[in-house]
Formats: sequence, C-alpha cells, structure tokens
Amino acid sequence: MASIISVKGLTKTYDTGVEALKPVDLEVEKGEILALLGPNGAGKTTLIAIICGIVNPSGGKVTVDGYDIIDDYRKTRAMIGLVPQELATEAFETVWSVASFSRGLFGKAPNPAHIEKVLKSLSLWDKRKDKIMTLSGGMKRRVLIAKALSHEPRILFLDEPTAGVDVELRKDMWQVVRELRDDGVTIILTTHYIEEAEEMADRVAVINKGEIILIEDKDVLMRKLGRKQLVLHLQKPLKSIPAALKPWHLALSEDGLTLTFLFDPEGERAGAAPLLRKLDELKIAFDDISTSQKSLEDIFVGLVSDRT
Amino acid sequence: MNLYAVAAIYRFEMNRTFRTLWQSIVSPVVSTSLYFVVFGAVRAGGPSEIDGMPYGAFIVPGLIMLSLFTQSIFNASFAIFFPKFIGTIYELLSAPVSFVEVIMAYVGAAATKSVMLGLIILATAFVFAPHLAILHPLLMLVFLVLTSLSFSLFGFIIGVLSKNFEEIQFIPMLIVTPMTFLGGAFYSITKLPQPWQTISHFNPAVYLISGFRWTFFGKGDVPVIWSLAFIFGFFAVCLVIVSWIFKTGYKIKV
Repeated sequence: MASIISVKGLTKTYDTGVEALKPVDLEVEKGEILALLGPNGAGKTTLIAIICGIVNPSGGKVTVDGYDIIDDYRKTRAMIGLVPQELATEAFETVWSVASFSRGLFGKAPNPAHIEKVLKSLSLWDKRKDKIMTLSGGMKRRVLIAKALSHEPRILFLDEPTAGVDVELRKDMWQVVRELRDDGVTIILTTHYIEEAEEMADRVAVINKGEIILIEDKDVLMRKLGRKQLVLHLQKPLKSIPAALKPWHLALSEDGLTLTFLFDPEGERAGAAPLLRKLDELKIAFDDISTSQKSLEDIFVGLVSDRT
Repeated sequence: MNLYAVAAIYRFEMNRTFRTLWQSIVSPVVSTSLYFVVFGAVRAGGPSEIDGMPYGAFIVPGLIMLSLFTQSIFNASFAIFFPKFIGTIYELLSAPVSFVEVIMAYVGAAATKSVMLGLIILATAFVFAPHLAILHPLLMLVFLVLTSLSFSLFGFIIGVLSKNFEEIQFIPMLIVTPMTFLGGAFYSITKLPQPWQTISHFNPAVYLISGFRWTFFGKGDVPVIWSLAFIFGFFAVCLVIVSWIFKTGYKIKV
C-alpha cells in the first residue's frame, strides 16, 4: 500500500537536553488506522507535534503525501487534522463559532453544511450555541475533534482522544473514527488504553525512549506474540515431568501440582488436545484446567520492559 | 496567501472586542474623560494657554496618543499571549498560515480597535474642548493609523515574548505610560528648563506626540518630518523583530 506519511531519520533534542526522538523512521499507509503505543514520555506527542508543525525537528525529514512538512507546509498542514492531548479550548466562544474558525484557519471556504454534519456526527448539534466553558470535559473533547474535522482533513491525528472520557463516549468516538476510515481518512492514534488499539487499529507501532521498537499488523502481532497458556492443576504432585511429555516443553510448579503449557494456536506446538490425550494415557489426573491468551497489553508491557 | 485564515482570526479577534465592549472601548473613554476633567476643565492656576492654544485643546492629541500606545499594546499582546496561556496556540501553529498572515490578522484587529478607540476619544474631546480644530485631518488619520499599527505590532512582540501576565503589563504600565507623561502629553517640552529639554529629545514618545499635535495645530515640539521618520522607523524595527521571531519560532515553538 502507498504510504501517506513518510518519516526518515527524524530526531528531536529539546533545549533542555532531553532527547525526545532518536532517529525515527516510520511509514504510515494511506487509509489505515495506526495505533502508536508507548509509555509516558516515550516521544509519541513529540513525533505528532513535529509532523503537524508545532515543534521544530532537530534533524531528519518528514513528507506528507510527497510534500515536505517544512518546504511545503501549507500543503501538508492543510491535509492534517489534529486533536491534541490537552483539553485546550476557548472559553467564551460557542461550539459553532470555534468549528467555523478552525475551518477558515485551515484555508477552507465557509461551508455551514459541513460544519453541521460534523457537529451532528459528534452529537454536538444541540450544543452548537453553547459557550464552551459550559460544557463537560467529554464534550470539550468532542469540540476538539469537531475542530479538527471542520476542514475535511485526509489525515487525522488523535493524541489520546479518549483519556478521561467515559465508556459510552469512548464507544461513540470509536464509531466516528471507523466512519472516517471508511471515508478514506488515514488515522494515527496514540493511546494508553491498549484495549482501544486492539479494538481499532490496523497496525500497531510501539515507541519507547524515542525509538520505534516495533511496527506490525495488529493481527500478525497478536498471532506472533499472543501465545495461549494452558494451566493444569493436578490432583497428585509430580516429582518431575515424565519423559513422554518432553515434546510439549511443559513447566512444572515447585509444589509439583501445576503444569503450564504455552502454545501457539497456529504454530508447530499447536493445540492442547494431543497433550490432554497423552496425560490421560499416563494416568495423570487433574481437577482444573484453564486457558488464557496474552493480550496486547501483556505484549506491550513485555516489549517495553525488555528494553529498560 | 491564506486569506480565509486571516479573515477567521480577524473576525475572531473583533468578536472578542465586541464581547468585551465594556473593557475594550468604554473604560478607556471614561478614563480619558477623567483626564480632561482633571487636567483641562477644573485645573486651577497654571497657564490657560500653551503656544497660543487653549490648554483643554492642547492636551487632546497627547491624551489620544496615551490611549493608543497602551491600548494597542494591551490588545495585541493579550491576543497572542492568551492562546499561549490556555494552550489553543497549537491550532495556529499547526495551521497552513505564514507569519505574514498571522500578523496581518492579529495586528490588523488590534490596530482596528485602537483606531476606533482613538476616534471615539476624539469625539469625546469635542465635548470638553468645543473649539478644537484639526488643521491637517488627513495627516492626523495617517498618524493615528500608523501609531496604532506600530504599537499593535510592538504589543504582539511583547505578547509572544512574555512568560506571564506581569511581563505583559510591565512595558505598557512601567515604560510606555511614564514616557508618554514625560513626553509632552500635558505640556510642551520647549517650556522645560535645561538639561531636561535635551534629555526629553531621547524620549521616543516626544516625537509621536509632537507629530500628532502638529496635525491638529500646525505646531509641534520637534519638526513633523522627524516625527514621521520616527514612526516609520519604529514600525520597521518591529517588523524585523517579529519576522525573526517567526522564522526561528523563538518562544513559540520548541
């Protein structure tokens, strides 16, 4: 697939000496939803801020749809909508006026019908005449999204869009994001809620300490790293693992009462059934059995802690 | 040129003026009227005329200038400082706008307010000094507009460089206002004893007030051409500073 954002050797060192981005390379594909995961201070916001023009890069090159973000900033910025992490809004303006303001700021002719469509899709239509200071936090978040969508961007950055937002609102926003993707908008999402990435993303990139340590299709990633675990609670303790069970690479707990089997549903050690049949043959009885799958969260925590 | 953006910012800023009409227009008019009352009408003793002009009329140009200086700085500095303060600046920085457009919009809006304010104060002045006449009305407007633009630009720079509200207040309250009072707003510096007369010539406000007064009465403390040169020079210096700020992103971007 063609890439719409191309980041090459991007670095950023702040005046304070903080190295926020080591050379970062990233290709964002046209029309995808890319989730950017990483702990606090990993460089997610810095990366987004540079692409959007808020922070000056220290080195490297970024192009958006083939245009350089510095030389052709008008073209690249007009394509991008940004929903920032902080709830920064005017206080005394109305919802309608800030959304119309953003559209003008990004160089688009007034189009009340489009603003109306955006406000309706975000359930802000009833609030259009309200001053922003009278809105709840969740509603202000929607206003920020409405501002970003007011100028019909082809790329949308959502920097922790659902931080501090209740479950219902979060589900609503996911719906809006899906509809945008169906319209061909490329979406880059940073989030702390791994559930959100798991739910929404086509691809996942993990950034830690200013480096992208992994970028992969979400499904492939889940398959590759998302191994299943089978835990058997035995009726009688085992002193050691019988030789006949060697092929399964089981782990035995210290008290000899728990056997743990890690398997990959599609890999060579596939399936638990042969193991269970073997145990039956060996007359090893168990009174409980449980399986669990690694979530993206476990994968993420594993990846980030490996590097620290 | 992203004219939609210029229009959007300009409209946004003008809405802010009309929303805060009381603060933006009414209170400077009230305080200027108080100056008239105190310095003009009820002034006991002292000269009743300066350079052949009734004192009430003499102070009008200085009073208008005082308001133009401080209000232009306040309006423009606040307009750009506030988005920095509440964080909405992100949108301006991520928008496809150049520094020329940003300045046209913010400085244009602040200067518009100042020109409106200057004209309202002038109208008020006719109430207190009914015999007030303007000898060169066109040049008077040129001074009014140029002063508003220059000081709005200056205010914009202050707003960009300020880290907090105290810093915003510092220059208009502690530098510009004293300079205006000592720059012949209420007296002619030619009446000062030496060395104060010479020292006054290092005060930039003298040139601005004198030039503006010249457009009213055809007389000033310094030749009017110096005043014109000064205001153009000040405008140019502010333009250079502001374009450097935007080129480097100094204090705006990190």
